[in-house]
Amino acid sequence: MASLMSTLMPSIGRRCWPALLVLCLSPALAASAPAQLPDTIAQRVAACTACHGKQGRASSDGFYPRIAGKPEGYLFNQLTNFRDGHRQYPLMTYLLDHLSDAYLHEIAAYFSQQHPPYPAPQTTDATPAVLERGRNLVMNGDGSKKIPACIACHGQALTGVAPGIPGLIGLPRDYINSQFGAWRNGVRKAKAPDCMAQITQRLSREDINAASSWLAAQTVPPGAAPATAVTVKLPLSCGSVAE
Amino acid sequence: MKRLLLSLLLLAIAVPAVIVGPQFIDHEDESDTPALSTNAVSADQQIIRGAYLARAGDCMACHTARGGAAYAGGRAIPTPFGTLYAPNITADKETGLGNWSAKDFWRALHQGKSKDGSFLYPAFPYPNYTKVTRADSDALFAYLQTVAPVRQASQPHDLRFPYNYRILLAGWRVLYFTPGAYAPDDKQSVEWNRGAYLVQGLGHCSACHTTRNAFGASVAKSDLAGGLIPIMNWYAPSLTSDAEAGLGKWDNAHIAALLKTGVSPRSTVFGPMAEVVSQSLQHLNDSDIQAMAVYLKSLPQTDAPPALDTAQPDQANAGRILQAGSKIYEQHCAECHQANGQGITPAYPPMSGNRALTMGSAVNPIRMVLNGGFPPSTAGNPRPYGMPPFGQALSDQEVAAVVSYIRNSWDNRAGFVSPQEVNRYRSIPLD
Repeated sequence: MASLMSTLMPSIGRRCWPALLVLCLSPALAASAPAQLPDTIAQRVAACTACHGKQGRASSDGFYPRIAGKPEGYLFNQLTNFRDGHRQYPLMTYLLDHLSDAYLHEIAAYFSQQHPPYPAPQTTDATPAVLERGRNLVMNGDGSKKIPACIACHGQALTGVAPGIPGLIGLPRDYINSQFGAWRNGVRKAKAPDCMAQITQRLSREDINAASSWLAAQTVPPGAAPATAVTVKLPLSCGSVAE
Repeated sequence: MKRLLLSLLLLAIAVPAVIVGPQFIDHEDESDTPALSTNAVSADQQIIRGAYLARAGDCMACHTARGGAAYAGGRAIPTPFGTLYAPNITADKETGLGNWSAKDFWRALHQGKSKDGSFLYPAFPYPNYTKVTRADSDALFAYLQTVAPVRQASQPHDLRFPYNYRILLAGWRVLYFTPGAYAPDDKQSVEWNRGAYLVQGLGHCSACHTTRNAFGASVAKSDLAGGLIPIMNWYAPSLTSDAEAGLGKWDNAHIAALLKTGVSPRSTVFGPMAEVVSQSLQHLNDSDIQAMAVYLKSLPQTDAPPALDTAQPDQANAGRILQAGSKIYEQHCAECHQANGQGITPAYPPMSGNRALTMGSAVNPIRMVLNGGFPPSTAGNPRPYGMPPFGQALSDQEVAAVVSYIRNSWDNRAGFVSPQEVNRYRSIPLD
């Protein structure tokens, strides 16, 4: 194999094959127009939008969540959680490993200010009974299991509350389900007291599926943005939200 | 017959004893006494000096778990022999170094032995640290004694049989370890010697940049000649080969920029080296960085062509692969790295002539295409431009084509990459 290389490589080096002619010419063509580097945060975070979509609008396959328009504090907390091992997604940890808090604040601020349109809601094959159970959990909770309503924290419009609480509509069902799975298994953690971890322990699989099915089927109203509240009165205390 | 058996038994005991025994003896040499100069240095200055040296040694990288308390240990260090866990080195008396003396600490650095005399595993790079001076060792110790104590028992190592028997290290040490001091080269400048002291000693560059043999020892004759980091599967390039990352033809300023800021007009750090810049090198002062650059540039250079470790396509197939790779490059890479492979430096490194891409092992460019990455945030480059991961967008065949194209365009000539090789690196751990 070494001898094959020594016959192959010099032949590329000495002359351009017809098939490579275009490659050999291209440097000369490109050299005429000096490349300009956009000094923008959008350009710097191309590594993020490769998966999370342009402006962070989410991927079309429903796997990578939307990050556009989420509250800045929430995004910053997630970035540092991935970096410091409190959330588990190896590629995220790898990418964020050596980025400073200051830079992560800037990245979080950038995506929180993006408001690209939402895609149409996912089609659902959940039964009307399941969707009704989901709607009821989201809007009213379940007092018998001490489960607060989602809207009690995530905003009446479910678009989140700045700076720390994320919106829930516009998220794919698979993403919501997998986050509950991660809380249940203890691999997604927030600052103590970890309110979502506590709530997850009270939810059955059926509850989670009902809530995620209903949430993913909702149409996001135009101009949806996180609510702003001076103080948040939460039904239980959450370490990641300043009260 | 009985006598023969007895003789064999005695031999079986005596031979290992001759090997092992001397390893237990502490080599009391001149440098084993505290340096006189430490008396002249105030305690505060010594601690500040120690904090700086802890950066130079990158102690934190291993002795701090992700998201954990500083120096409280717990980071898993995967090796072919099993997993080692870096111990707690905070000032806690029960679980850290709170009950150690400066002499105990010196013995660990200089002789690779714990406070109780047991042998330390060489994942703790004492073959390098043995060159650290007693004064620097004392300063490091003084600093570590000021680190907030954390009560956290060090996790026991998880090594396979027989590597879990520390006593076996006696044999390893006979073969691969001699306590020593850095011997200045009088023919070289003070600056060169300072650089050599840092690179060979605290910097422990050879821990990655030298191939380890089957016994996990860095092979002295190939010092800084490059090597695949076991388990982590990043290739630490040769610093002595112009075909790899030898620095003989680099400007000193570019070497210094790469070490201190993570980016340079010639190349960008990534993978484990991004961590080294982030945690260690960016915190060193300009004169030490410059000294390291001077020393690294002076290393004897070889121009040995890299060995190819995969089968190569025939000429017709090679043409097809390069054409496919060219299309992918134009679509996904050229916007930043440019059609002419010159990049937009230092944000986007050049492809043409960038030896990180053309080494015998193609693991680094394959992993960069699959996973992308950010250089570290440093004072000199606080908001780095990132490279997108393409593992989710490109098939194994497409990654192989574009990496082969990059390795064989412009000034680059290196082996082609197969889809199977790409696939192998999809599943390796990223952390």
